[in-house]
Amino acid sequence: MIELWRGLEPRARGLIAMLLVALAAAPLAVDRYLISVLTLVLYFAYVGQAWNLMMGYAGQLSLGHALYVGLGAYVAALLWVHFGIGPWLGVFAAVLLAMVFGAVVGWLGFRFGVEGVYFALLTIAAAEFTRIAFDNIGFTGGSGGLFLPYQQERLGEWWNLRGGQLLFYYVALALAAAGVVVAAKLSRSRLGYQWLAVREDEIAARSLGINAFRAKMTAVLVSSGMTAVGGVFYAFYYNNLFPAQVFDIERSIELILGPIVGGLGTVFGPVVGAFILTPLGEGLIALTSRLGIDAPGAKAVFYGLTLIAIICARPNGVWPWLARVLGLKERSP
Amino acid sequence: MIWSIYLGVVVQGVLTGLVYGLMALGLSVIFGVVRVVNFAHGEFAVVAMYAAFLLFHTLGLDPLVTMLPIAATFFLVGFLLQATLINSFVGRSEHEQFILLVGIAIVILNGLLMLFGPDARPANLPYAFDSYAVGPLFIDKVRIYSAVAALAIAATLFCFFRYTATGTAIRACADNLTGAAVVGLNVKRLYAITFGVGLACVGAAGALMVTIADAAPTLGPAYTLLAFIIVIVGGLGSMAGALVGGVLIGVSEALAGFIIQPSMKSMFSFALLIAVLVLRPRGLLGRRA
Repeated sequence: MIELWRGLEPRARGLIAMLLVALAAAPLAVDRYLISVLTLVLYFAYVGQAWNLMMGYAGQLSLGHALYVGLGAYVAALLWVHFGIGPWLGVFAAVLLAMVFGAVVGWLGFRFGVEGVYFALLTIAAAEFTRIAFDNIGFTGGSGGLFLPYQQERLGEWWNLRGGQLLFYYVALALAAAGVVVAAKLSRSRLGYQWLAVREDEIAARSLGINAFRAKMTAVLVSSGMTAVGGVFYAFYYNNLFPAQVFDIERSIELILGPIVGGLGTVFGPVVGAFILTPLGEGLIALTSRLGIDAPGAKAVFYGLTLIAIICARPNGVWPWLARVLGLKERSP
Repeated sequence: MIWSIYLGVVVQGVLTGLVYGLMALGLSVIFGVVRVVNFAHGEFAVVAMYAAFLLFHTLGLDPLVTMLPIAATFFLVGFLLQATLINSFVGRSEHEQFILLVGIAIVILNGLLMLFGPDARPANLPYAFDSYAVGPLFIDKVRIYSAVAALAIAATLFCFFRYTATGTAIRACADNLTGAAVVGLNVKRLYAITFGVGLACVGAAGALMVTIADAAPTLGPAYTLLAFIIVIVGGLGSMAGALVGGVLIGVSEALAGFIIQPSMKSMFSFALLIAVLVLRPRGLLGRRA
């Protein structure tokens, strides 16, 4: 980690330090509502980072990451509700199960040469299949949902993720920061370079002796495991889980918009994307209600239009452009 | 006479499946030629459903009639959309196209939500509950009409691609893009026509769909996924494949909904999709990529 820090140019160090201090001190300055928005921003920065490792670096387009969010959320929530096992322990089971599912999807895809759009469809199919299955499993609450009980006396148990808004804010901040470090570390590792080689030209990578199958499998495993941690956060933050919500394809799409808008295959892309899109969505809610357009969907229409505008104007994402504006040299990976 | 009940379910599935197939045909044509995945496909279908619904309720026009003007309008919309926006995304990476079309899908879905609200709108056709008695079976009139209409449109489309100069040119673009450009075909214009034709299919299918299902904005993503499944199962780029895939999915959904429970019906479709992707990626009737 110290190596990473030393590798940065002074200007980048300054900006990162300022951002971290600002985020850590934010609860002193802004109100509860803004903190809840920032919590969401950081959550999306984290899960976006996890998805970006698989798509941005290893080039495997997954449109079913809601599967790993949902599995992580359900495993930790079920352990807590049915067995009283806290999320600090449950998170390991959550990550493990998500990785098993990731391994199955990855194996099916990579072993049988399902590529590109077809692989994306495979991931959608896996997520939808699981969603419908969870709708019909009684143990998990089925389509009626799973609820984490509100227990006044346990509110202080931060290790069990029982607490107020501030607790979740700092957990999200820690997750997002850890996500950035992991991505930066991996992108400069042997594995990270193998991912890039596979993304750019798989046949060339294999002829250089890279085990492409293993590289892609590790990408799926790392990504699904990391995403599941986000799922655990989701479960304990919202305290209710419905298969139609957590596993829905809309969740998968929402999760990947940030990294694409921010900049695929860059360390800060997912963070920048989350900082653009989540406040945009929240801002549009405020704007449309002030303009008196109360119709459901008004906010999302503008959101969709903005997405189209962004992808037309900055097809490579906002971060590479922003880095230039800030006078930073983002290294190409 | 238990078998006749099953047979009835299968027949209903086949008829519904043909309308699904027509919708999927649009997706298949667009992807097969333009190489852009239309993630807003189901949303367009729902727009057509609302158009047919409105025309029926305000002017009393039957969806089987309004299907044609709706398809024509959709052709224009598709042509313009491709010519102005999507053409510049052709050949770019999948995720950029994905964001563009997801953006379009979000705008359409929520635009409908703003205009019509979240509730499902049944069309209530006067003959909606009429049926023909064929031997021991009772088959819904609307399903027969819409299946026949779907087949007729698919046949027209087949003739268009097979026998007209434009259709042949479009097939040339799909088979060999460089070759097509070299012999002087206006590829961008042909792409626009293709996207228009694809949307015309969706428009017609949506109008027909209103006779069997209630229009609701949330159907959009579900129909998009449905069209994907059908196209992949049937085989990308194969027109017959889209119809066969549609029938297969229609029947499997009808049977699963009848035998097990309705909420689990699409689970079988997704399982089928996974199996086909893994075991026979070209689809059942797909040609070599």
